Amino acid sequence: MQTLISITRRTVLFTALAVTFALAGPAGAEKILRVANFGEPESLDPHKVSGVWTHRVLRDIFMGLTTEGQGGETIAGAAESWTVSADGTVYTFKIRDHVWSDGKPVTADDFVYSFRRILLPETAAEYASLMYPMKNAEAINTGKAAAETLGARAIDARTLEVTLRAPTPYFLTQLTHYTAWPVPKHVVEKHGDAWNKPGTIVGNGPYLLEEWVPSTHVKLVRNPKFYDAGSVKIDRVVYYPGEDRVAGQKRFRAGEVEIATDFSSDQIDWLHKNLPKETRIAPYLGIYYYPINTTKAPFNDKRIRQAMSLAINREAITNKVLKSGEIPAYSFVPPGTPNYASGPSYMQWKGISYKERLAQANKLMSEAGYGPDNPLKFTLSYNTSENHKRIAIAVAAMWKQIGVQAELFNSEVKVHYDALKSGDFQVARAGWVADYPDPQNFLFLLESKSGSSLNYGRYDNNEFNSLMDKAGVTSDLDARAMLMAKAEAQAMEDQPVIPIYYYVSKNLVSQRIVGWVDNARDSHPVRFLDLK
Amino acid sequence: MLAYALRRLLVAVPTLFIIVTIAFFMIRIAPGGPFDRERAIPPEIEKNILAAYDLDLPLWQQYLKYVGGVLQGDFGPSYKYRDFTVLDLIASGLPASLQLGGIAIVLAVLFGITAGTFAALSQNSRYDYLIMAGAMTGIAIPNFVMAPLLTLVFGVYLSLLPVAGWGDGALANKILPVIALALPQIAYIARLTRGSMIETLSQNYVRTARAKGLRERIVIVRHALRGALLPVVSYLGPATAQIITGSVVIETIFDFPGIGRHFVQGALNRDYTVVMGVMIFYATLIILFNLLVDLAYALLDPKVKYEQR
Repeated sequence: MQTLISITRRTVLFTALAVTFALAGPAGAEKILRVANFGEPESLDPHKVSGVWTHRVLRDIFMGLTTEGQGGETIAGAAESWTVSADGTVYTFKIRDHVWSDGKPVTADDFVYSFRRILLPETAAEYASLMYPMKNAEAINTGKAAAETLGARAIDARTLEVTLRAPTPYFLTQLTHYTAWPVPKHVVEKHGDAWNKPGTIVGNGPYLLEEWVPSTHVKLVRNPKFYDAGSVKIDRVVYYPGEDRVAGQKRFRAGEVEIATDFSSDQIDWLHKNLPKETRIAPYLGIYYYPINTTKAPFNDKRIRQAMSLAINREAITNKVLKSGEIPAYSFVPPGTPNYASGPSYMQWKGISYKERLAQANKLMSEAGYGPDNPLKFTLSYNTSENHKRIAIAVAAMWKQIGVQAELFNSEVKVHYDALKSGDFQVARAGWVADYPDPQNFLFLLESKSGSSLNYGRYDNNEFNSLMDKAGVTSDLDARAMLMAKAEAQAMEDQPVIPIYYYVSKNLVSQRIVGWVDNARDSHPVRFLDLK
Repeated sequence: MLAYALRRLLVAVPTLFIIVTIAFFMIRIAPGGPFDRERAIPPEIEKNILAAYDLDLPLWQQYLKYVGGVLQGDFGPSYKYRDFTVLDLIASGLPASLQLGGIAIVLAVLFGITAGTFAALSQNSRYDYLIMAGAMTGIAIPNFVMAPLLTLVFGVYLSLLPVAGWGDGALANKILPVIALALPQIAYIARLTRGSMIETLSQNYVRTARAKGLRERIVIVRHALRGALLPVVSYLGPATAQIITGSVVIETIFDFPGIGRHFVQGALNRDYTVVMGVMIFYATLIILFNLLVDLAYALLDPKVKYEQR
């Protein structure tokens, strides 16, 4: 017995000692930024990834022809300058005199190689369609044309010419996206699929990969060969992938991370009270909406869709349910989206009071044959999440006032989107965050042409489609914006989707961080940050 | 005994095969696939991706390919983490999971048996009631409640320990997850030991030992405890399995980079190969631990022998 007790005593003593040592870590002058990133990168190959959390990590390792500035604006990156042909379809880039992290120069040929690589069907790049504005890109990606036919050629080592299939006003911004980043031809050809492992991976960005332990961290260290290395202040960056928002918030409170790139909305009251300076909320180019399956009766009746939209009190949702500064949405394209001088096109009834809206909605419902005696019953689906649930409950309660009985149905995210894709739903929750800041990146979700598998509600309106087609080949920005605004107005009249609110970005940022600028792209490249 | 162990291992092969088969088809029944995302992939691109992973083949061909691969030690690539194979992921998670589970089980045995013995020796005393009340609480509170409570108290309020993460393997990062994982086991083992100890103490051979005039310490440690431990040992097989599966929850809460997290993430991501790989790994472990328990029985209890007939 005493032996057992003395063993126990020794164990406790040893544990206490070990804890003391473990907690007393070494202190250094090195500046280390630790980020709760809420997602594991799928890969460190920019051609094989998706997701904003991966973008954050890769942005430190690679740099496109253009890149994101301190406030998310598009600035010169690997290209120091460029010219655009009069018809807006030919871009000529002057590649900056800079090198890969192994010292080899970055050339125009690297870009041609990379653009072809992401489009090859065998690369199996999820996001290859973002490159479709380039001439022949779609044909190459679908196996109908050879990679050599792509509208990209190296005129010399430092001059790159890119030909587009139609003028694309957002093209320069799109080049900041990882799909358009260069991979080092000489390394990829030498190591094949293993080129992006620690030790072999080579980039042209401000940081280098030091270590990647899946589910644990990605560690980056300053790239001394980065063209602007002198102005990079943070020595090391550590990204933690854990997806639990509450755990991330705890780590932030405990000082274990300097940035948490999201927080749970139900924490908002506590955060406003206790961490008002650290809680950063900013408008974000994204829309939270309910697509309606327009192919299924009675939702093929426009009046029903309009009534359902009218009856949603968006202000109540943003102010009482969410409370994190989200903005009530009365259009599909968020306001402030660039290249949209004449938009967004709001729903016509935006200005009238909620009471009048309800009266209008009730009128529409009774015209369509529904009312208190004959209530409209359907299922509202959402993917499992506390916020989606709270919103769905609120919306269902609002719909009761117009005689709608919505049954709530939740499923995990994969199941939910599988159902949306196959049209197996009535009314559902969906969301969209812009890949590039342009109205087209929202409105294309409602196009019915083949390939738009994101048009969950199967909206098919000839007027809308032809306006979008016209906009696609119009190079004059104002005329193009006008066409898209008309298309959006049509969609808001038809209401195949019910916009509910525009997203905001939510970050927890330590007061030690210098250089953080809130912006609509939620883009905060580490190379512009500092720690005090 | 060796022949018995070999026989058991041979039987394990068809067992594993059946597990692989059932798991393979079960996970395919789950709606949604590895490449269903919040933003759907255009069909032509999805075609490219499915082809790259042979997911466009008929299911039976995929199955044959998979089993063929497994036989050669190839568990396939992860669909979600495209830079890693399933073996890479298991290998990267193994150290964390083994340390977490290993320390937890050692603590569970150490503290559980000590507390249980102590309670049995001072039966119906204040200490006994205290220990058993603690044990009941430990069993009653599930670890997904205990874990967040621990982080809140020790991590956030007292700022003594990190709330989550691996921290490069620092001991401080392991303390809370180990405690959360070990507590219910300590509680259970303590109850088990107490019960069986009380029973053993009234056995004739213990009385004989006392009658011989042996010192109480020797009576307890050498005679009574050995007999009292049998139920504990037979519990350890399933307990190890429980600690492994329990660590799925703990690893998720503490953001701990073990195999359990890969399992949870794999299931949510429909990362078929990862789920299959981890499942095979778990099944092998469970079979192995059950065998070890059976063998340990022979060592502890002279009545049990595995001899060839």
